Amino acid sequence: MEKEFMTVSIPTSLYKKIEEIIKGTEVTSVASYISKVLREKLSQEKEAGEVFSKEDEEKVKERLKALGYID
Amino acid sequence: MIPPHGGKLVERVLKGAQREEALERVKCLPALEIDEELISDVENIATGVFSPLEGFMGRPDFRNVLREMRLSNDLPWTIPIVLDASGQEARKFKEGEEVALTNAGGRPVAILHLEEKYEYDKEDLAESVFLTRDKAHPGVAKVAGMKDVLLAGPVDLLEVSPTPFDRYKLSPKETRILFKEKGWKTVVGFQTRNTPHIGHEYVQKTALTFTDGIFVNPVIGRKKKGDFKDEVILASYDELIRNYYLKERAVMAILQMEMRYAGPREAIFHAIIRKNFGCTHIIIGRDHAGVGSYYSPYAAQDIFEDFPDLGIAPLFFKSFYYCKRCQSVVNEKICPHPPSEQIQFSGTKIRDMLVKGEIPPAELIRPEVARVIMAFKDPFVE
Repeated sequence: MEKEFMTVSIPTSLYKKIEEIIKGTEVTSVASYISKVLREKLSQEKEAGEVFSKEDEEKVKERLKALGYID
Repeated sequence: MIPPHGGKLVERVLKGAQREEALERVKCLPALEIDEELISDVENIATGVFSPLEGFMGRPDFRNVLREMRLSNDLPWTIPIVLDASGQEARKFKEGEEVALTNAGGRPVAILHLEEKYEYDKEDLAESVFLTRDKAHPGVAKVAGMKDVLLAGPVDLLEVSPTPFDRYKLSPKETRILFKEKGWKTVVGFQTRNTPHIGHEYVQKTALTFTDGIFVNPVIGRKKKGDFKDEVILASYDELIRNYYLKERAVMAILQMEMRYAGPREAIFHAIIRKNFGCTHIIIGRDHAGVGSYYSPYAAQDIFEDFPDLGIAPLFFKSFYYCKRCQSVVNEKICPHPPSEQIQFSGTKIRDMLVKGEIPPAELIRPEVARVIMAFKDPFVE
């Protein structure tokens, strides 16, 4: 199966800089490097924590107590 | 608290009036019987263990998981979660309609909102996930036996099936509230399918030194011949935790799911699942989720390089062993002595001694744990 890609342009100087950085590393291409950096960056910018309702929490705590997980 | 994978904990267990209405409706739906492993998958979807999946994968996610190890929205995901049916079965079901998923006894366990039916290449699936087409690999053998059509769409669970281990069964919502109640901000998950020896204990306690709590999470479900039975694993961990862990620092609950033995890909999958349970870290040891010699010993650690956006931190460990010169449990990073000084935590050796009725040396396994295992007449899967 073939991969699907979109084209994004970056300055040639930046491209060359990345080429230098990845030389001799396990990263096989400039595109892989950019994907990796972007994914890392994007993962830091999303997702808030899960919030449960008071009622839900109380119900769960009762079960956890009954099972001996909390006192 | 760490966010679930994809940001939202999925909850598709029907309750109250909705459930009553669904139980009536399901009587008139065309039915598909599914096995225990698929029932576990349905439950894991519906209770949020597999968040953000709301159901069985459609073709875009399936293809992307095989090719990219990501869902079609780019979120890391390495194992296809699919529902197979024969061509004859699939013809009975129409896209856009509902299907009753029943257990072997004919009891409806869930409703599938069928969105898509599609064919797939079994060899491609096996090779992508297991990195081999060798049918001696248990995962490849399972794929070879799958039916020809995949059914996709969200599922609603009618009820969680009872198991002999319900006392240990917690949903991600419950573990998240439990960790919060315990005041744990950092939690390390430990995946296991074995009884614990001293090497496991050292790995866990080393990780626990840097986190607030440890979540021991044995996989319960179909295993291969020669593995410890589920009840033996749970009893032995209960004994270890009771005698050698601080109650306020360790929690054990089961993960009901079949082992795929997909090595590196499964390590990522296991990490995602523990993230959903609320773990901030996961222990990845040597040959995690491997079988035979299909994967290099640390492939399951190397693969994390490709997932900087996973959202759970892996803690990598080398194998621990007992060093006679150091007189302690060590690993190759901290012990300078030659192999002649090492006693390996060989599962096979420990198993052989237990079978013969001998308690292995205390350097290998806690005597209390050994006695619990030996109390079972037949502790291994046949």
